[in-house]
Amino acid sequence: MNGRQTSTLARRIYGPRAWATLGLFALVVFVVFPVCNLLAADTSPLHLSAYWVALAGKIMCYAIVALAMDLIWGYAGILSLGHGLFFALGGYAMGMYLMRQIGREGQYKSDLPDFMVFLDWKSLPWHWWNSDQFWWAAVLIVAVPGVLAFVFGFFAFRSRIRGVYFSIITQALTYAAMLLFFRNETGFGGNNGFTDFKRLLGFEITLPSTRMALFVITGATLIVSLLVARYIVTSKAGRVLQAIRDAEQRVMFCGYDTRHYKLFIWTFSAVLCGIAGALYVPQVGIINPGEMSPANSIEIAIWVAVGGRGTLAGAIVGAILVNGAKSFFTQAFPEYWLYVLGLIFILVTLYLPQGVVGLLRSLQARGAQTRGTPSGAMQAAGTQSGGTQSNSSKLSERQA
Amino acid sequence: MSEPLIESAIEQGGGGTDFGHMRTEGLDESHGVVLYVEGVSVSFDGFRALNNLSFSIDIGELRCVIGPNGAGKTTMMDVVTGRTRPDTGRVYFGQTMDLTRMSEAQIATAGIGRKFQKPTIFEHHSVFDNLELAMKANKSVRHTLFARLASEEGDRIAAMLDQVRLTTEADRLAGELSHGQKQWLEIGMLLMQEPRLLLLDEPVAGMSDEETERTAELFLSLAGRHSLVVVEHDMAFIGTIARKVTVLHEGSVLAEGPLDHVQNDPRVIEVYLGR
Repeated sequence: MNGRQTSTLARRIYGPRAWATLGLFALVVFVVFPVCNLLAADTSPLHLSAYWVALAGKIMCYAIVALAMDLIWGYAGILSLGHGLFFALGGYAMGMYLMRQIGREGQYKSDLPDFMVFLDWKSLPWHWWNSDQFWWAAVLIVAVPGVLAFVFGFFAFRSRIRGVYFSIITQALTYAAMLLFFRNETGFGGNNGFTDFKRLLGFEITLPSTRMALFVITGATLIVSLLVARYIVTSKAGRVLQAIRDAEQRVMFCGYDTRHYKLFIWTFSAVLCGIAGALYVPQVGIINPGEMSPANSIEIAIWVAVGGRGTLAGAIVGAILVNGAKSFFTQAFPEYWLYVLGLIFILVTLYLPQGVVGLLRSLQARGAQTRGTPSGAMQAAGTQSGGTQSNSSKLSERQA
Repeated sequence: MSEPLIESAIEQGGGGTDFGHMRTEGLDESHGVVLYVEGVSVSFDGFRALNNLSFSIDIGELRCVIGPNGAGKTTMMDVVTGRTRPDTGRVYFGQTMDLTRMSEAQIATAGIGRKFQKPTIFEHHSVFDNLELAMKANKSVRHTLFARLASEEGDRIAAMLDQVRLTTEADRLAGELSHGQKQWLEIGMLLMQEPRLLLLDEPVAGMSDEETERTAELFLSLAGRHSLVVVEHDMAFIGTIARKVTVLHEGSVLAEGPLDHVQNDPRVIEVYLGR
């Protein structure tokens, strides 16, 4: 018998069709959008307006966050309801630099950001040290969410906080941070946050070319994030994480220190959120403590649930679908959006426990089954048993 | 009684795997004893699960532990594997390793494998992956992030698949196996860790008669190279494998010795077998 047969479902998460889809996505981001936005004339039917570029760029940032959420929730089974905090921290780190790039062009023509002049501060507070340097902003974007997540995770996982208790504590964490950032004394612009950005690395931030550059960088970051996440989940470490999700005791008794694995993926996930937040702020033009509200973090979990947990692609699909629906509803029927979101979540939980991607996979497998392909049938069995299993394991976790 | 059976089982078990002869680093077995439990007491909210429990397991011994429900059998395993810390008492692995100061992962790495009462396997992984994850290897995050399966490791997994009769199921999801197969997979996972001491909590629960018989063969083939502690209710199964039996009652040892000796002990009959 060949001992190295490794053709298992978990490792083949992408078939040729998925890679083709990824290639198509890259084509759209790197070619179609730049050409249709910058080169096509305004009057041309092929022209893409700045609105669509901004919307798509924003949604791609959300997709990176959803990927980060899927790593920690879908693969390691740890539901974070505070991921918006890491996203916002990355955004604030970028925002500080953008505020300094305004220079003396603010309302008060001062070296200090406007809100500090308004508060009658005479000099920059200590945590704004070096904030006019882009490299320092880049360090903060990674380090602040990373260190916070590491310290928080270190204590939480050491104390063996799991399941719903962990979710509640992360929720409290982002709420506490939001209250802190609302205060003017914290030095981050209070409830107005940062806005009115002018330049990024010296480029005019409102120029179509700058916006397109940001869009392309975001798309590249999303694709790289997906590939790195795919590498992690298909590595042995990724399989250990999934094993922790399904039977943590057994993993421990196999000799793995599960705390290290959880801390690793938790910190990585937070850093990914921070990067997404840093890309989001210059494209949207504002960051304020509202990003840290618990509702925002819950929404991230909904994106992943809609797309399908534990699939990576599902997280991206979910972020696109829900945010696409959101931008439609908030324009057409703004007062109904939250009801629609709640309804989507209930329907997905009841009827699509594997999300949209899970549905597509089982349809595909059913098609293969009727054509008599055994591999398709096996995949169908896999997804089905996967569904019931994750439900029951979730239940037992709650009971515990 | 079943001597030829045992012989064949030993040969079978010996083929391809030599995990039994590997000496665990740092384990001092110089006195011929692999596990000491001395004066261990554990209380949960006033309930004394273990009460001054003392026993020891010799190297290569196959020990059966029996006792009525609530006698402390599972708590005893929890203490040995680091899941529960004793209030008082000492637990030593070999002459030098103090298990009360080690984490679950450290104890597992040191060479103690545990099988749970309910088969605990990774249901979303293939049978092959289950064995691979359990295999003795460097288990740090940094290592597993870049680990590639060596062909020698693949061979070891193949040999284990053969030994636990799951070769044809290698690519199936573990969650789809029958109950008996899951039990065997879990035993295979334990053996992949190359443990010195195996703790088995009701290993034949839910198995068919044939599977139970094969499990008995397997255990007998393992004894000698590994030390085994088997907690079981199935007295017929105990009868086939038992050499020395320890009877627990209310958290301490009530009787210890050969099965027929223990079975005739009036105190044992009173608290356990007589009911």
